[in-house]
Formats: sequence, C-alpha cells, structure tokens
Amino acid sequence: MSQLKVLQNNMAKPESKQVLMREQNPQVRIKNFKEVSLGYCEEEAIKEAKRCIQCKNPLCRKGCPVAIDIPGFIGFIAEGDFKSAIKKMKETNALPAVCGRVCPQEEQCQKVCVLSKLGDPVAIGRLERFIADWEAKQNQPEKIFKVAKSGKQVAIVGGGPAGLTAAGELAKIGHRVKIFEALHKIGGVLVYGIPEFRLPKTILDREVAYIQSLGVEIETSFVVGRTRTIDELLTEFDALFVGTGAGLPWFMGIEGENHNGVYSANEYLTRVNLMKAYRFPEYDTPVPKGENVAVIGGGNVAMDSVRTALRLGAKKAMVIYRRSLLEMPARQEEVEHAQQEGVIFETLTLPLKYYGDEKGQLKQIECLRMELGQPDSSGRRRPIPIAGSNFMIAADVVVVAIGNSPNPLIAATTPDIKIGKKGNILIDIETGKTSKVGVFAGGDIVSGADTVISAMGAGKKSALAIDDYLRTGFW
Amino acid sequence: MKIIAKEQLAENLIKFVIESPNIAAKALPGQFIVLMVNETGERIPLTIVDNDKKNGTITIIFQAVGFTTTILGKLEVGDCLFSLVGPLGRPTSVGNYGQVILIGGGVGIAELLPVVRALKRAGCVVTTILGGRTADLVILSEEIKEFSNITFITTNDGSLGEKGLVTDTLKRLLGKNNDYGLVFCVGPVPMMKAVSEVTKPFGTKTLVCLNSIMIDGTGMCGCCRVTVDNQTKFACVDGPDFDGHLVDFEELMTRQKRFVEQEECGLCKLDESIKGVTE
Repeated sequence: MSQLKVLQNNMAKPESKQVLMREQNPQVRIKNFKEVSLGYCEEEAIKEAKRCIQCKNPLCRKGCPVAIDIPGFIGFIAEGDFKSAIKKMKETNALPAVCGRVCPQEEQCQKVCVLSKLGDPVAIGRLERFIADWEAKQNQPEKIFKVAKSGKQVAIVGGGPAGLTAAGELAKIGHRVKIFEALHKIGGVLVYGIPEFRLPKTILDREVAYIQSLGVEIETSFVVGRTRTIDELLTEFDALFVGTGAGLPWFMGIEGENHNGVYSANEYLTRVNLMKAYRFPEYDTPVPKGENVAVIGGGNVAMDSVRTALRLGAKKAMVIYRRSLLEMPARQEEVEHAQQEGVIFETLTLPLKYYGDEKGQLKQIECLRMELGQPDSSGRRRPIPIAGSNFMIAADVVVVAIGNSPNPLIAATTPDIKIGKKGNILIDIETGKTSKVGVFAGGDIVSGADTVISAMGAGKKSALAIDDYLRTGFW
Repeated sequence: MKIIAKEQLAENLIKFVIESPNIAAKALPGQFIVLMVNETGERIPLTIVDNDKKNGTITIIFQAVGFTTTILGKLEVGDCLFSLVGPLGRPTSVGNYGQVILIGGGVGIAELLPVVRALKRAGCVVTTILGGRTADLVILSEEIKEFSNITFITTNDGSLGEKGLVTDTLKRLLGKNNDYGLVFCVGPVPMMKAVSEVTKPFGTKTLVCLNSIMIDGTGMCGCCRVTVDNQTKFACVDGPDFDGHLVDFEELMTRQKRFVEQEECGLCKLDESIKGVTE
C-alpha cells in the first residue's frame, strides 16, 4: 500500500494545517533588527512533530542536500525526547540553527512531504530550528567524543557554509582541519550577507563554537591567493577545500550606475551586517539611510536588502523586478514578510538609467514597463519591454541585487586550477575534485549564486571524497 | 598586529612599524593592507610602504585626518590592531621602463617610496617629483633621493624647492625630453588627474595609484568601483594601479565624497569625547 493510502486509511488523520510559528508584529519589527520569527515552544513543536506519519520510505530525506534523518529527529521531538532529537540531527547536520532559518524547505524536504497532498507539509524547517534552539537553551554543549587522529591535515579556504560544513565533517573523522578566512569574522555570507532579523549573529557564533569544539582551527584575516597561495598551502597540508563563495557583484551596465547612492547588495549588506552600520555611530561604518530606496532584483538577497532599508528608516522601500511576482526567485516566505512590512513591489519594471543632481547624488530612476511573453530557457515567461512606457521613480538609494560572479582571487593566482567561462572553478560533480591534485572545491565558487544548504551539501560531499583521498592516496 | 615603532613625521603624518610576519613575507610594491583599529571600527585600506621579511614587520604611513585615521594615530607602541589583512591588490608592474618620472604628493610620497626603490633596482633611470603644501609635509625626501637619479621638490608656498605644483615641473621635463617610458603618480585625486592630463598630449604611459573607499578589499563588496576606459573596474582586485589616461577622475572624486557627512559626525563625536576626557 502506498504511503498516501496508509495515510488516507489511518484512523487518526493528522491535522491538515501546520502549527503556525509566532512572529514579531510587522509594524513593530520594521523598527528593529531583531529576529522576525519567534520559533515554536515545546508544546507547539510536539504538536507539529506528531503530524509526521513516519513514512517507511521518507521522500523528505531525499529532498535534503545533506540527507538529514528527518523522520528520525521529528520522531524524537514527538516523544518529547529532545536530547535524542538533536543528537540525531547532528549526525548529519552541523549547522541546524542556521539551516532551520535560512533553508528553502518549501523547495526541498517539505516539497516532497507526503502530507502536502492532503494539506500542509510537516513544518520540518521550524522543527529543525526548534531543536537547535532547545539545545542552546540547555547551555550544556554536546559532549564531543574523541576520535582517533588520522595524522592528515586539511586546509579549508573560506569560512562560509561550504567550508564550515566540510571542516566539521573532516574533524569528526579525525583529520586535523584549519579554516582560512579572508574577513575578520568567520561565517561568509551568514555573517556579511544574511541580516540579523533573519539569522541573529549570536546563533551563528554558537554554531561556529560547535565546529571549533570538534577541533577545527580558524585563522581569520588570511587571504588565500595573497597571504599565501594554494601551492604554498599544499606544502603544509595534505588536501585543500576551496569554498571562497561570492565574488564581484554584477551591475546592469546602464547609465548612471556609479552615481552616489547606487550600491551593490554585497556592499549594502556588508556595511549593515558585518560592519554593523545599523548601529552607527556606535559602530564607525556608515550606511546611507535613504528616504526612497529601490532594490533591483527579485531574489532572496533583494528581499534582505529591501527589508534592511525599511529597518534603517526608509519612508518608501520598493523592489524593482522585470518579471511578475509569480516568477520571482525569492522564497515565498520572504516575499510575504516583505509585503507584510509594507515593501512596494514594482514588478514588470526594468531600470534604464539613473539620474543624479549636480553633486552626483542619485535622484531618479528611469524605468520601462514590461509584459510577459513565451517561456525562456529558465522556463519562466520572458519579460518583453513595452515601447514608450518609460516613467520615472524617485529614489535616493538604489541597491543592485542581480547576483555576482565567483571570487576571482584563487583563479588568478592558481593557473593550474581550471575555471569555466564565468570564472567558476570546474570540478568533478561527484567528488568536488578540481583539475589540481589535492584540491577540492564547492559552494558558490563552483555553482554561482545558490543557497546556503546547497553549499553545505557540496561541503559535505567533498569532505567524504577528501577523506577517501587521504586514506587511499588515490586521485 | 602589534605596533612596535611609532614616529611622527610631520603634523598629522604618522609612521607605524607593525608586527606581521605573514604580510611581511609576501608584500610587493604597490600592495596594501586593510586594517581595523577596534571591534567597532571601519575597515580601511593603507599602502604598505615597506616590509622587513627578516624581522616580520611592515611599515605604514598615514595622514590622521579622517575619523578612523585619527583614532589609529592615537595608538601607541605596544598596542595591537583589532585586525590586519594583506597584502592585497595587484603589485605595481615593475620592470625596466628606461627613463621614468615618479611623482608623489603629500602622504602619497610615502606610498611612492616602494615603487621608487623597485623601479630603480629594476634598472630604470629614475626622476622623482615630490610635492607638498609646505616644506614640513614633504616627507621621506632623503629616502627617495637615495633611489633617484634626480629629485625635484615643489611646495605650494615655496618653503622648499620650487614654488608651484608637481605638474609645473612635469611639464617642463616632458617639454625638454619626451623619452620617458613611464610616469607614475600617487597622491590626492586632483593631482593624479592633473598629472594624467599633462602627460596625455605627450602620449607617455601613465599609471596612477587609486585610493578608493573599500570594505573587504578582496573582490567581494564592489564598494571601490571606478570607471576605467568606460568599464567598471574594482580597485581592490583590478588595481590599485590604473592607466591614468583612462580613469574617470570626476566620478572618482564624487564617489570619494559619499560619506563626508557621516565622517564629520564621527569627527565631532571624537572631539566631544576628547573634550570629555580633558575636562
């Protein structure tokens, strides 16, 4: 009998609706940088966990890039055995508090949950977040069992989600691991990109502390490619994993894009998140407040930027996107949160030119209306300009959030690592092996801009391949 | 990251020797570091003026005029920086260009020093022109002269060398002999712009070293973008040296003023806190 049939015949049918997660009121939260979602309490978590029907052949697990034993950890929550639940979680995922917050579960595990055929899928992400936060509240970090040392050393280049995951996995199986991070703080996009209101930095600090408790060493302010090259590191380490992530931001190449007031999302978010410019002048790094802020793009980074603008005090914060809401790549939850907070969506709109005043300060954006034509190669309907539909939008700050190319430094300083046309490192997809013996890579440096969990999945996959290489010596 | 020597070269011009074996081992002329004074501080780029591989130290020289450079200047020997990363940027392209004119203005003279040394060692015939508002601000002239075949000094008030601007001397030199393989200039943006305008009609290859505002300095944030030959370039990974004839200096000057208001707010705060301490 199929799992669905079992479900339909089941006497005690699960509730069709998820237990809602409490959130800060939109009118209150746009005035602070505190986390928007408040998480489940124990009763709520148990109630939601009991909705899971414990499929024999769980599709959710296959939908997860790091293959968390989802029914396993949810089963323990349903029984109120939170200690076993977090232990089960950490068998496969070293960063549950992060993943529970930033993974697009609706596209992965929850998308294939069998309950979604009858109602809401199990709120796997919320439960993951709950169990990670529960552990933190116990204030009793998990005991780390000593493993036999392999005597092998691995360098991890870049301390973002891919690097942290690879480091954790490799340390767990006895290798000595050292992460080299270019910025003064570890975390990569989790620290410079994702805002406090979506991922509080104390939570990241906690997960990093866990990785360190596994024995991973971290050296910040160390730029591989400059402070030392890959070749120099290879004389000290037996293998290397490159997870250097996002690089130079893309711009549209339209007139006036270098006016004062036009920022890349990377710069805008780095100022606010890494450098804490939202607390200026307590922190020294400034950020433009902006009365009318327009964010160009429709992804999660665009949502993070526009919601940041509101919290910095923008009177009007808008998203300018060339297709319609339906084609927007951002997570639905993020779009909904933005809408609740009063973000204006100028969809089917294409910026053409930026106008500034005599001081070079941005004042207006000339835009063009679009309509949707036939689907393009991405499967989404192609936006087509409507001739003569030009109009102006007043804006003193624009944040360009249309993506970025991979970081150029490793490629520029390591000629024998093969790169693709877009500057991404080319790898063997199964193992993460690059064209250079001993060097593996994964995350955005390979795939271009993708999710945190895909980077973590790549880090995990490479860790296994690195272990194999270190044990067998076979490339 | 510990400051092991401090020297006041002129009013507001301060030299630090900083312990950093990692950076000292790799630094090349033209490269820079990014530092933070404290945990709440900004990240600012500064040129590496010298590096001592044996002792594992680097030298920086800066003008304490902005908010962060002012608090940086208050550090003393024995103090540690919060963070220090480098060497960053592409090194200056060193080679034998034949006759070269190397120009430094203000604190840019310090930044010029490693380039002067490297080009001289590469076999160039080096003419240097150093410019400052007044005599006191023309720093390191002895060190520069040591690696120059001939050195000219100009000051706005005539208190040292010739009265006038570096471009006056440059025009005269190029007018006499148009056989220079390279003109290199580091200093205030208006000066680099003026130098590039002087050399353009002569068709002399001209490099300028740009001091854009940066955050990460490693090719991630896009803060330091500058238009060169009608294309957007990033000073931190594509530079800091660029062809002076192709740089959009007007745009650069405008972009350098992005945070003037906040900078003033910071400096006021600093004044108040200093007053608070003394009162």
